[in-house]
Amino acid sequence: MKIRFLRVGVASCGIAAGADKVFEKLKEKAGDIPVIGVGCLGHCYAEPVVEAVTDSGESILYRDVKGTDEAVDNILALGENNHFVIPEKRKAHELVKVLALAGKVDPTNMDDYIANGGYEGLKKALSLSPEEVVNQVKISGLRGRGGGGFPTGTKWSFLAAKQAEEKILICNADEGDPGAFMDRSLMESVPHQLLEGMLIAAYAMGATKLFIYCRAEYPMAIKHLKIAIEQIYKAQLNVVNGRKLEIIIKEGAGAFVCGEETALIASLEGKRGTPRFRPPFPTDSGYKGYPTMINNVETFGNVPVILREGGEAFAKVGTENSKGTKLFALAGDLKNPGLVEVPMGTTLNEIVFEIGGADRDSVKAVQTGGPSGGCIPVELFDTPVDYDSLKALGAIMGSGGLIVIGKDRCMVETARYFLDFTHRESCGKCTFCRVGTMRMFETLERIVAGKGKESDLDLLEDLGKKIKAGALCGLGQTAPNPVLATLRYYRNEYIDHVKNNRCTARQCNAFVKLAVDKDKCIKCKMCIRTCPVNAIDENFNIDPAACTRCNSCLDVCPKTPFSGRI
Amino acid sequence: MDEQYSFLKQIDPESSNLIKGLQQIQAVEGYVSDDAIRAAAEYFNIPEVEVEGVLSFYAQFKRVKPGKYQICVCDGTACHIKGAPLVHEWLKQELGLDPGETDADGIFSVETVACLGCCSLAPVMSVNGKVYAKLDRKNLKKILKEYAEK
Repeated sequence: MKIRFLRVGVASCGIAAGADKVFEKLKEKAGDIPVIGVGCLGHCYAEPVVEAVTDSGESILYRDVKGTDEAVDNILALGENNHFVIPEKRKAHELVKVLALAGKVDPTNMDDYIANGGYEGLKKALSLSPEEVVNQVKISGLRGRGGGGFPTGTKWSFLAAKQAEEKILICNADEGDPGAFMDRSLMESVPHQLLEGMLIAAYAMGATKLFIYCRAEYPMAIKHLKIAIEQIYKAQLNVVNGRKLEIIIKEGAGAFVCGEETALIASLEGKRGTPRFRPPFPTDSGYKGYPTMINNVETFGNVPVILREGGEAFAKVGTENSKGTKLFALAGDLKNPGLVEVPMGTTLNEIVFEIGGADRDSVKAVQTGGPSGGCIPVELFDTPVDYDSLKALGAIMGSGGLIVIGKDRCMVETARYFLDFTHRESCGKCTFCRVGTMRMFETLERIVAGKGKESDLDLLEDLGKKIKAGALCGLGQTAPNPVLATLRYYRNEYIDHVKNNRCTARQCNAFVKLAVDKDKCIKCKMCIRTCPVNAIDENFNIDPAACTRCNSCLDVCPKTPFSGRI
Repeated sequence: MDEQYSFLKQIDPESSNLIKGLQQIQAVEGYVSDDAIRAAAEYFNIPEVEVEGVLSFYAQFKRVKPGKYQICVCDGTACHIKGAPLVHEWLKQELGLDPGETDADGIFSVETVACLGCCSLAPVMSVNGKVYAKLDRKNLKKILKEYAEK
């Protein structure tokens, strides 16, 4: 068996794990065998991943590859070490459509994309009338993947119906949810797919100007998109409806609220990214007053698939009101974090346990939708994941970040963390959001510090409801969700903090005391020497007043190896 | 306009490019100084106070000169639960720096960022854009030492 070519996953997450070194080393030693840098395969837990494709077309995967001679020689000889077999359970649930080419094609090579069926969707679209393209998207049942879940086809028809000198199309690539990285992966791995989706949309709606509003924190995504746009210009694929379309990348400057449509538009105009009242809706008056339509990266990523398959075939996958597949970014307390694409309606049980490999006994809940979403307790994990069933549970679909929360995490602290994020990201326009989230955050800080009162729980609930009612945009309307959801499902943990003077999960510092287990102690004194505040005396007693619970002692103790404390 | 900011001329002086201009300034100088605000206001024909308003709105912009090595600690959800507060604690012990501070020699500065998008490798931080994954106290010390010796 000979190797025909090698693929190395060199998206940002791969590089963070050391894939760039592996890539260089392979190139150095592979001789005539082409080494291709590709995007993300979704198996973040196994990075760096190398795929060897043999002349018989067989694909052999290697995981946790190091950039050493030994590791690379092993691959070049198709050796046995570090073999990576994708778990059968994961394969059984996965349905890869949007990410079909991620990790398969060179993101900087348009010919590679085309050779694998790229731009077929655009070709198909151009053979139809614009109305028919909008209609196909309507039939497909695609809903906005950014979190709102608005029917995409309907949104498209609003802009298509407008008569204006300029019509603006914006791709929202300001993936600001902490814990979400679906859009980054798609842009880094298959930038042409996003652009193909945008060009199809431009044709269908007669758009004249295309923007991609991308986070500045995603330098590789921006780089790959820029290369792809140059290639499109060269191949003149951007000539749609007889007009040469310009595709402009604008880099965001780090404001979560800019994920909101009207705030994003303000930011594109060079202003402070504050949302404004709707109506007028952007499709009536958006960027500089022109009719404007905004879709998320993943939404555009679905469009070529719809055109290739046809709307009806696309709608065969999923649940009654949520069609197609969904990308999820799995992170937190589980064995196999990474990116996964599954049909809508897959249950949380399947995603978290069978795909994510989380330990059934150690999971408490999952947080969907990031800081705008809510937690779902493990008892409800047989819920199929779609827009409506998640909403019914007090969470939201969000953009697809799924954070698994283990049993040893405190839910009050988790809520405090999210409010810490949202109160700082509140743009300050609406009083309820600006002041209200701050008060909620302060109250949670108090509870976590052991100074909470029982009446605080009612205060939180009351504030939460009022903020939701009194805020103008999605940020404020969803900011109280993490608190309200944890109060709904884990009220006992709050009660423990404010009444019983304990943290149920033993996470909150104020309630935790560290002590040396003198039976196991080998008296090496490493902890005494390491303690930055000298809280441990000669006899290994820890002074609780001096201890800052920095856990340095646990960290150095040879008997309890460092495991990351929280 | 000051010679120092002549690089702004590569950008179309349309007001919607203000953020791009400020990003350019920060890319060149590492932060946005009072002089830079004046230059940007003049170039884009926007009142200085509005430039300052835009600057203060976005988390990316810095008004204080950062150190030679900028350490960005990710405090996204995954990193937070995997111990981002501890990473800060360690940095505080090693360098004596809280988020937003630069040391006296201008070598290191520390800040918190929302998410570096490498959630599955948490906790992570970046030094001048290079991402370091799965941090613990030991490898953090090693990383700092490497940079301090550079």
